[in-house]
Amino acid sequence: MSKEELLKKRYRAEKRFKFYGLTSVILAILFVLFLVNVIFSKGKGAFSRTTISVEVDFNTEKLEIKNNPTNEEIQDTDFYDLSIESLLNVYKTKGLKEEKDLIRIFSPDYEFEIKNFIIENKGFLNKTTIIELTASDDIDQLNKGNYPRHLPEERRRISDFQLLIYDKLVEDNKIQKTFNTFLFTNGDSRDPELAGVGGSLLGSFFTIIVTLLLSFPIAILASIYLEEFAPKNRITDFIEININNLAAVPSIVFGLLGLGILLGTFDFPRSTPLVAGITLALMTLPRIIIPCRASLKAVPPSIREGALAVGASKVQSVTHHVVPLAIPGTLSGTIIGLAQALGETAPLILIGMVAFVVDLPSSPVDPSASLPVQVYLWSEQAERGFVEKTSATIMILLTFLITMNAFAVYLRQKFERRWS
Amino acid sequence: MNLAILLLVVLFSTSCFFFGRKKIIKITSENKIRPNALPDYYGYYLALWCAIPAVLILALWTVFEPTIIKAIIINNLSSNNLSELNPDELNLIYQQIIALYAGNFTGTITEEIRLGAENYKSFLSIAEGSKIVILISFLMFTTLYAYKKLISNNKAREEVEKIVKAVLFTCSLVAILTTIGIIFSLLFESIKFFTTINIFDFLFGTSWSPQRAFVRDASTITPEEYNELKDAFGSVPLFAGTAFIAFIAMIVAVPIGLFSGIYLAEYASKKVRKYSKPIIEILAGIPTVVYGFFAALTVGPFFREFGERFGLEVSSESALAAGLVMGVMIIPYISSLSDDVINAVPQSLRDGSYAVGATKSETIKKVVIPAALPGIVGSVLLAVSRAIGETMIVVMAAGLAARLTINPLESTTTITTQIVMILIGDQEFDSPKTQSAFALGLTLFFATLILNYIALRFVKKYREKYE
Repeated sequence: MSKEELLKKRYRAEKRFKFYGLTSVILAILFVLFLVNVIFSKGKGAFSRTTISVEVDFNTEKLEIKNNPTNEEIQDTDFYDLSIESLLNVYKTKGLKEEKDLIRIFSPDYEFEIKNFIIENKGFLNKTTIIELTASDDIDQLNKGNYPRHLPEERRRISDFQLLIYDKLVEDNKIQKTFNTFLFTNGDSRDPELAGVGGSLLGSFFTIIVTLLLSFPIAILASIYLEEFAPKNRITDFIEININNLAAVPSIVFGLLGLGILLGTFDFPRSTPLVAGITLALMTLPRIIIPCRASLKAVPPSIREGALAVGASKVQSVTHHVVPLAIPGTLSGTIIGLAQALGETAPLILIGMVAFVVDLPSSPVDPSASLPVQVYLWSEQAERGFVEKTSATIMILLTFLITMNAFAVYLRQKFERRWS
Repeated sequence: MNLAILLLVVLFSTSCFFFGRKKIIKITSENKIRPNALPDYYGYYLALWCAIPAVLILALWTVFEPTIIKAIIINNLSSNNLSELNPDELNLIYQQIIALYAGNFTGTITEEIRLGAENYKSFLSIAEGSKIVILISFLMFTTLYAYKKLISNNKAREEVEKIVKAVLFTCSLVAILTTIGIIFSLLFESIKFFTTINIFDFLFGTSWSPQRAFVRDASTITPEEYNELKDAFGSVPLFAGTAFIAFIAMIVAVPIGLFSGIYLAEYASKKVRKYSKPIIEILAGIPTVVYGFFAALTVGPFFREFGERFGLEVSSESALAAGLVMGVMIIPYISSLSDDVINAVPQSLRDGSYAVGATKSETIKKVVIPAALPGIVGSVLLAVSRAIGETMIVVMAAGLAARLTINPLESTTTITTQIVMILIGDQEFDSPKTQSAFALGLTLFFATLILNYIALRFVKKYREKYE
């Protein structure tokens, strides 16, 4: 091989090598875009809700109710007959099967929706008005164009008769798409059109608060000790080894810890944000201590020496000078640690946060779900509507994570002092 | 109640702070002496002595009270009862007693439960009363002690700093306590498990199906039953499945991660690096449950359809789908760690290589990577440890059937999947099935511990080399 050929070959190898590197970077970036794209295209449907206009006649005599009822009296009244009558007026039906089909295009909570409407708008008593009632999941999906209506009737859950009603309703402009407030306010439900992340949002919120309150002070104090005061001895070494190891222990092991000790030995209440928060705090602690120590270490020794030189004690030099300078770094480390904790699922499953909870939790000791666990729970459901609900939950979760991480970056860039 | 007590303690210790500060100023000016520390320190001294013991007692009491009351009530129950009851039945009665006390009991109220609930109520009020009495007397005692020291003009700053250092030290002990807690909770259940199932049958058995394990009382197992039980708890298929999926993940993650690490460290311009590095690191910030959803909903079905086109039988919960997605998750760990270690290689090594006429890629292959190798190996090992401990992706995408296979298109199961599947929902604590999850957890803990230890060793060695 001549010299030129050899050189050409070497340059080709150079180009090839660079190309591999570039391809890898582009591939990794493409993965991110693809993932985000899949989630967003699947999840955006969940932010809208299909409703059907129904004419309701709130005749007080038929309802057997006084003319100026209190809220409690309305609550105690039976609205079932009125609801069914109004629903059946939507389309002409023959026979019981068709009536059933017609009622099934509505979400099963129609009675409560009508009742709640009249409680909030008492002026409509004794009047006839049009109410928007939530459509069932199948109609909702049909309206969003996700339903395979070309399949033969026995292979889909919507009957031909229901399709007929649907088409008529669309023609009469009686089907609307509105913003889905249920997604944010409701708890879990077996019906996808009614299910919301309200409960799991609150659950996640309480969990993160408990985690923050426990892990932040302990992590800061521990890192101050290790960075500023710890003598070089066996105990300190042992603590350091422990912290480094704990930071890499799989999260599910912390779930076993929570299950065995908190639930098994100490009888803490199951499925609650309190236990979840403690478990996640133990998991996050080493992951916060490591960046906290790094930011303490970044404060130059001259600051400490200056304080000592004017007669401050060691504790004073640390608390008055070193720690205030390190606070932005420790805060951003903590926020990143908390963001990781917020997305953690496996330990929460083990401590029983997978329970089906309809009610919204009002304190950290009420059973509840949390956002990532909700993703897991809904992903196991077969209904079509839950797929978009799951993706929407992921979108909400990712929004929180991105906000937290961006805030951490902002804190670091805005307040951190560079010393060199 | 606890919150009110806590608030009271905080209020009291705040007033102690102001009182202590005022007192020392008064004493020293009356006696015309100089205080041994700034007046604030006397305030802190008094306040700390007042608050810390009280809060400690309150915390310990709150944690241990339910356990102790439960023990007392169950003790009462079993001593009152003529017929023998096993712990599970006692536990059930205890739950019923609590439900009756809380007012949400459904079912027939027996005399025993009614009495128990009354007992429970009285114990609670006794506990509440004695808690307050003990707390207040302790608080008074410690505050008085500190006050006595204060009026003798002690060296308050040094004392306060001692307390501060002690608090800091205690906080750093939490890490050790957590490790002890993990080992204790895992060992405790695992030992119970290994008294039923021989540890070697667990580690080397090749058949795993814990749902077959119905035996509840470990002491009455006949040898034939044991043979059957042994076959329910052979964990080799799980180890194999875990290693297999981790292997697939590493096949994806190591080349892509390593090459992007090299590219970002050696080739990329500042601008490319500034934007592409955070985007790749997004992959590390995405919760694993999201990857699991993605693998189960998009990647798994895609492979199945793809395989069908070529007449291949692909399970929709294939090891390939789970491993691939896990690999994507791990890319940023490898890329950013190897980026760091490559950046730490001294420039002089590169310059030397360029000086003898090597191209950039030759320099990287022959000089930079060999120099950075320990660090790269360390980061790969850390990634492996993460892969075998990863839970949600495999739970959602890898299947449940434990079988020994090296066909990536079939479904396999992993250690973490089985832990979740055994412990999801309600479980009886004393069945070998539940205990087996803890035994698996123990194995996982030690496996990752060893991997991490070796990896950190490598990284540390590497750092020392160039510092």
